Amino acid sequence: MTQVLENDLQAFVDDVLDATRRGEIEAYLAERPEEAGRVRAYRAQDAALRTLFDPVLAEPVPAALVARPASRRWPTFALAASVLFTGVAIGWIARGTFAPLPQTGSSLARSAAIAHAVYSPEVRHPVEVGAEQEDHLVKWLSKRLGTDLRVPKLATLGYDLVGGRLLSGPQGPVAQFMYQDAKGQRLTLYVSMQKGEGRDTAFRFSQEDRVSVFYWVDHNYGYALSGEMKRDTLLALATAVYQQLSP
Amino acid sequence: MDSHPIIEHIPRLRRYARALLGDRYAADDLVQDTLERAWNKFHLWRRGSDLRAWLFAIMHNVFVNQVRSKRSDIEKTMEELPDVPVRATQSDSLEIADVERALRALPDEQLEVLLLVALEEMTYDEVGRALAIPIGTVMSRLSRARERMRRLIAGVQPVVPLKAVK
Repeated sequence: MTQVLENDLQAFVDDVLDATRRGEIEAYLAERPEEAGRVRAYRAQDAALRTLFDPVLAEPVPAALVARPASRRWPTFALAASVLFTGVAIGWIARGTFAPLPQTGSSLARSAAIAHAVYSPEVRHPVEVGAEQEDHLVKWLSKRLGTDLRVPKLATLGYDLVGGRLLSGPQGPVAQFMYQDAKGQRLTLYVSMQKGEGRDTAFRFSQEDRVSVFYWVDHNYGYALSGEMKRDTLLALATAVYQQLSP
Repeated sequence: MDSHPIIEHIPRLRRYARALLGDRYAADDLVQDTLERAWNKFHLWRRGSDLRAWLFAIMHNVFVNQVRSKRSDIEKTMEELPDVPVRATQSDSLEIADVERALRALPDEQLEVLLLVALEEMTYDEVGRALAIPIGTVMSRLSRARERMRRLIAGVQPVVPLKAVK
């Protein structure tokens, strides 16, 4: 057994070790339940910190903060407005808890595109629950959304499941599943409840800035597949998702 | 579109300041002071170097020089308030409330390191540069911060309310 130092355990918590060293630490922890418990507690603490403070990222930035000193008295309105708009747009996800809005058609695509833009660039924590715990992930999100969710398989098209997370949408909980291909290109599937209306919609396309979205509503659930890619590339993937979810 | 690279970092600076200070308004004041310095010194920033690290280093300096001295006054005032939980929380998760309370009980030096690693996801090296401390110090503060949090949350060591020595 190689020597394991406190620094190794910290680096293990932060998941910054190479595979070999990580394996050694795992073996070390497997024989020491108390140390393993400590590592788990540290990871849980870190996750709790993100739960507590990540919502700040989605808050609109106060206009006073974006005014530069030279123009503080007369901030450039275009700049202030653009930052405010971005903030509001990102805040859309969070606002669901306060103001239920009808969400049909393009607002579904918009919410999905924003959620895609927020989470797909994350390097270390793109998802809350990873694909290695797929069963747990599906059960957890199914319970929160009140339906039996299925996770489409896109491996034949080159995309593997990264995992998923729970978000708050305009009509309640939203599940977001993330996929990634060998080049790191990411794809997200956004599944939200569509209360009341229950109007099924056809397969539709929307371009939200750089994010392309295919979306549809089926049996009170809205589905949207988002990716920063060309319409035709996304279409093949969306068709596969659609066929697996709404056969 | 008229956008400046500094602007992109504002949400991250706000998240860090909020976690550092706990209070929304104090946090935005810290961000504002940080940005003011950043705009004034922007010509000193080396193009191509890490802008985020540069901004966090500025925030650290502002925090150390201004906020910390102000905050000790606040703590002394707080001491006279009844000994009840200071923040009302809407969260029904006790754990999260415990985490936040434990966070407030960490010494600033440990808190800064923990937040830069856990929230900002900086490498240990980047943390060292942002706080101007050697990497060995980063590691020991990180380790102490995490262990102290764990003990506070687990109740191994009771949460002692901050009391200024009279």
